[in-house]
Amino acid sequence: MSWDQLGPLLWQAAGETAYMVLVTLVVGGFFGLTLGLGLYLTRPGNLLANRAVFAVLNAAVNVVRPVPFIIFLAVLGPVTRAVIGRTIGIEAFTFAMCVMATFVFARLVEQNLVSIDPGVVEAARAMGASPLRIIRTVLVPEALSPLVLGYTFLFVGVLDMSAIGGYLGAGGLGDVAIAYGYRQFDWAVTATVVVIIIGIVQLVQLLGNSLARRALRR
Amino acid sequence: MTAPIISFRGATKVFPGRRRGGEVRAVDGVTLDVHAGEIFGVIGYSGAGKSTLVRLINALEPTTAGSVVVDGTDLTGLSEARLRPVRAGIGMIFQQFNLLSSRTVAGNVAYPLEVAGWSRARRAERVRELLDFVGIGDKADVYPSKLSGGQKQRVGIARALATNPKILLADEATSALDPETTADVLALLRRVNRELGITVVVITHEMDAVRSICHRVAVMEHGKVVELGDAYQVFSAPRHPVTRRFVASALKDRPSPAVLARLRARHPGRIVTVRVDEVAGSSTHLTHVLREHGVDGTIVYGGITEVAERPFGSLTVELVGSPDAVDAALTGLRAVTDVVDHGTAADPRDDASAVVPVPGPVEGSDR
Repeated sequence: MSWDQLGPLLWQAAGETAYMVLVTLVVGGFFGLTLGLGLYLTRPGNLLANRAVFAVLNAAVNVVRPVPFIIFLAVLGPVTRAVIGRTIGIEAFTFAMCVMATFVFARLVEQNLVSIDPGVVEAARAMGASPLRIIRTVLVPEALSPLVLGYTFLFVGVLDMSAIGGYLGAGGLGDVAIAYGYRQFDWAVTATVVVIIIGIVQLVQLLGNSLARRALRR
Repeated sequence: MTAPIISFRGATKVFPGRRRGGEVRAVDGVTLDVHAGEIFGVIGYSGAGKSTLVRLINALEPTTAGSVVVDGTDLTGLSEARLRPVRAGIGMIFQQFNLLSSRTVAGNVAYPLEVAGWSRARRAERVRELLDFVGIGDKADVYPSKLSGGQKQRVGIARALATNPKILLADEATSALDPETTADVLALLRRVNRELGITVVVITHEMDAVRSICHRVAVMEHGKVVELGDAYQVFSAPRHPVTRRFVASALKDRPSPAVLARLRARHPGRIVTVRVDEVAGSSTHLTHVLREHGVDGTIVYGGITEVAERPFGSLTVELVGSPDAVDAALTGLRAVTDVVDHGTAADPRDDASAVVPVPGPVEGSDR
């Protein structure tokens, strides 16, 4: 395949990947943070300790997370149809990515919050702060640095998920590498896509590290 | 006597254990009053329940039985939402300072003011005022990780005082600090009490902290208060074994049996320990009595320090003179203070009450 043909193809695919990844990062990031906070807060001994709620959330995360994404796409089918209206296409695929990203990020968030010194939370309680205020002004700011790193990690995971977008006709860079590279024995195309993806990951990781360092305040 | 600002009545806190029957009675039926304007000390070894007791005051832990009344408000059974304003009116400082690492010094001190809904301008003014009061006005824009332990605790104190509380709770506030910094922080707490009229409750396992600033103390063991009273009285006449151990650890003024044996070997004369306190007066009496009876006295051991800002301690003296004169001098001394006669190397008298209780396994201790 010549560069003249490959160029526009890659350009379009990059746009599709960007759409899938960005939507997932925003939606999955938001719900993941919420679910992660829920896991942390309802954990026995914590601010909103609730054994039943914690057990349900914890089980949900444990059930969803280990399912391989390609199988998860199939299993989630009925839900995707109910929400999006169809089970193929970039919207349907992105929806599945958002759901998976939510559960993956929830665990990351919870693990980072657990490392916060409980004494700081106690101090805030002693000053009369409400749980909502403590979430906003203590938990998130205190864990910001590891949360940024966790979010960067999530980005890589999401990019990974997006690679199989071709299975649902969602397109993306991964689809180019498979459809035009692998299936047509054109190793150069596959390699080009890989180099592009590595470049993106490197850039984002660099950005994440530098933001995390600035958030550390040390 | 002033009205109590904090009243415990049979206050009990039981933590459920992991297994059945494994419950922990951290605070067990405590009844005591803390008076407005005093510095009240709660001492005990770790695990005695003092940290839980102090958390009953601002309801970070709710009681499981009994009641706690703070400044006229009965905290028993109040909802979280109703407890929040009560907590906001009570300052608290911690052993590990518990500062927000994501905020500057000024941001930390401003935190309780944000909770209380102060405007930005009023907050800034109050923060400046507080940082000046605790002596770190130049550190406003620094992050806590750049501060020393003493400076961090000053930030903690400034933060605790921000909303003009009536009560300040200090939970092992000096236990993570070196001796010199400890003295500075204790002096600051005394200023808080004197200049601002804030009632201070100090939780500690360090007798030195109690000795230097507390007016009254409660000694805790196994969740119960085993001794309660005026700090000076508790120090000068400790009744409970735990209290005796604390006193001995704080005042190293009385010779241990081993020291006594060495003193006898070194000094041929009669060895006596003379108590020095407010009632007995300074060592002037000692000088007078010895001169009166023609006996020479050499101080061989001991020390005088301050408890609750009053003199307290003992001196161990070697008395040299004719046996009759020494006996007469002893009688004279006994008339004005407590005297313990250790005898001489040839005729040792071991008076158990004089000897410091040996730190170590004491029945009923929690260590």
